[in-house]
Amino acid sequence: MTMLQGFQIALHALRLNPLRSFLTMLGIVIGVASIVTVFAIGSGAQLRLQEQIRSIGANVLMITPGAVYQGGVRLKDGSKLTMTESDVQAILEQIPEIQAAAGSIAGTAQVIHESKNWNTTINGTTTGHFMVRDWQLASGRYFSGAEEAAAGKVVILGSTVARELFAPGDDPIGAQIRIMKVPLEVVGVLDRKGPAQDDVAFVPLATAKLRFLGSASNINRDSVAYIIAKVAADGQMAGARSEIENLLRQRHRIPSGQEDDFKVQDPAAAMEAQQGAIRTVALLLVAIASVSLLVGGISIMNVMIVSVTERTREIGIRRALGGRMRDIRLQFLCEALVLCLLGGAIGVGGGVTLSMTVARMAGWITSIDGQAIGLSLVFSIATGLIFGFYPAHKASKLSPIEALKTE
Amino acid sequence: MTASPPLISLQSVSRTYRTDGIAVAAVRNVSFDIEQGEIVAVMGPSGSGKSTLMNMIGLLDLPSEGAVYLEGANVADLSEDRRSSLRARSIGFVFQSYNLLARHDAIENVALPLVYCGIGRKERLARAERSLEAVGMLHRAHHFPRQLSGGEQQRVAIARALIASPLIVLADEPTGALDSRTGAEILALFAALNRTGQTIVMITHDPGIATQCNRTIRLHDGELVGDETQVQILPKRSAAS
Ligand SMILES: Nc1ncnc2c1ncn2[C@@H]1O[C@H](COP(=O)(O)OP(=O)(O)O)[C@@H](O)[C@H]1O
Ligand SMILES: [Mg+2]
Repeated sequence: MTMLQGFQIALHALRLNPLRSFLTMLGIVIGVASIVTVFAIGSGAQLRLQEQIRSIGANVLMITPGAVYQGGVRLKDGSKLTMTESDVQAILEQIPEIQAAAGSIAGTAQVIHESKNWNTTINGTTTGHFMVRDWQLASGRYFSGAEEAAAGKVVILGSTVARELFAPGDDPIGAQIRIMKVPLEVVGVLDRKGPAQDDVAFVPLATAKLRFLGSASNINRDSVAYIIAKVAADGQMAGARSEIENLLRQRHRIPSGQEDDFKVQDPAAAMEAQQGAIRTVALLLVAIASVSLLVGGISIMNVMIVSVTERTREIGIRRALGGRMRDIRLQFLCEALVLCLLGGAIGVGGGVTLSMTVARMAGWITSIDGQAIGLSLVFSIATGLIFGFYPAHKASKLSPIEALKTE
Repeated sequence: MTASPPLISLQSVSRTYRTDGIAVAAVRNVSFDIEQGEIVAVMGPSGSGKSTLMNMIGLLDLPSEGAVYLEGANVADLSEDRRSSLRARSIGFVFQSYNLLARHDAIENVALPLVYCGIGRKERLARAERSLEAVGMLHRAHHFPRQLSGGEQQRVAIARALIASPLIVLADEPTGALDSRTGAEILALFAALNRTGQTIVMITHDPGIATQCNRTIRLHDGELVGDETQVQILPKRSAAS
């Protein structure tokens, strides 16, 4: 008997009892679907993080507000903007490793162009911001010195905002848009950097303070929400970081022993750590899903054992008609394999559907790779072989005479 | 004596079953030969060892003592796999309870032994058709066993036993579950097959059937108590419907 004949016999036997066959493979279906989904969501999260790491730019330090004490009470980090434009200036001038630096304040607002409008992040900053993040223009120009100094009514659009406000072929440069009733001229459109990064509109820092975000109670004329700074070389990150810390402690007059009112972070490093954490969690989830595969395998073994008992007479007949022990073994092994492969295929289909649904509903990026699918199918085959072997072996060992006597 | 060895030769064959330490001698020291072209009736009361003997001739079981030779070869010297493939090619079994696979139609049942001869599906089905035709059951090729009468099921089972052109057909009470008229039809079918040269060994309780065979082997308590060769008195009427 050939493998092909084994599969034909198996398919015939399984078709006779479709509900039982389906229930038998349900464990495998669920196991494989979970593995595929976890892989898809996990690698989607990794892709998103990698994109974020790329979008921050290389060798970037980020300085955000830290703890603040008011009358001996520690306030939440960031509850007060502790950084100022003169801090930015000092960092640029006094720390040689720093190539570029910029302060930002940000909020959200509706941007309007003619009949179209779009809700987006408004980031008030200086041209240095684009230098730090290595962010090139797709068209137009950055802010001029005069515009930065005099709160010019100009805006640079991220590619998503440009796409949402302007018809294709309609050049945004020179067009008028409005943010909170203030008309602004579009002077630049940025290159694409990734879906999470491109949904933004930049205005000069002074403009943002004067016209949009200045009314917020915790912003004074000089303060910024965060600072980003670019370090010249990879090896200088640690040094630059401690120099910035020393400089700011000095400027903010923080006595030694007291907590800083700012935090210097290396976002790329933090995200890489996060990436490792995601990988760990994903592996853990895959391990849990594998348990379901194991349970699926046991359920297949269980049903196969019952099936061998039920079909003892059939086995006796096949042996009397010339079936060798290995033919009987192959027949039942093929049945287990077909169950697992079919379950695996349905599981892959379910997993792909599920992760696409998750992607759509939760807005997560998911990425389905052939490797995960291949791995799941290999797992299914292995499950079929491992858990199908014992019942198949048992069937092949039956004495044909005894088997023929059973009713 | 012919130069070639007999088709089947049993030499001092005993078969003892051991259950819970109690030994039951189902067959004791039985010797006889079966030549090509014979039709042999095996008779004896229930429990006298007929089925046990048949299982050994059919390579399903091995003697505890003595030896069974198939065309001169001691079957105990063959591997289990070799005995299996001889069952597929050289032995045709017919059982009292037909033993058709309930979930396969007649033609699939008939073709089954050829699966174990490594023959492709197309040829299997073509040969199964011819075999069904030989027993007059071609018109029921796609019926399932439950849709067939007992006599029809036994005809399908005979077609299955014949499909690989076996050296010998072994029938264990083939008419035991049938009414006498249908039983006679099945017997006539065997007789017609024998006239074409097919060797047949048939267990039966019915002395009337035995008289239509050219030889009767009698067992009692596992021992051979009779081996008579009749003058040919096969039925004259035509067999296959
Ligand atoms: N598998 C077995 N285990 C133990 N005893 C058996 C077995 N098969 C048959 N026997 C015994 O062997 C004897 C002969 O049985 P069997 O060959 O079936 O007789 P028959 O076919 O002539 O009725 C009986 O006593 C029966 O109980
Ligand atoms: Mg019997």
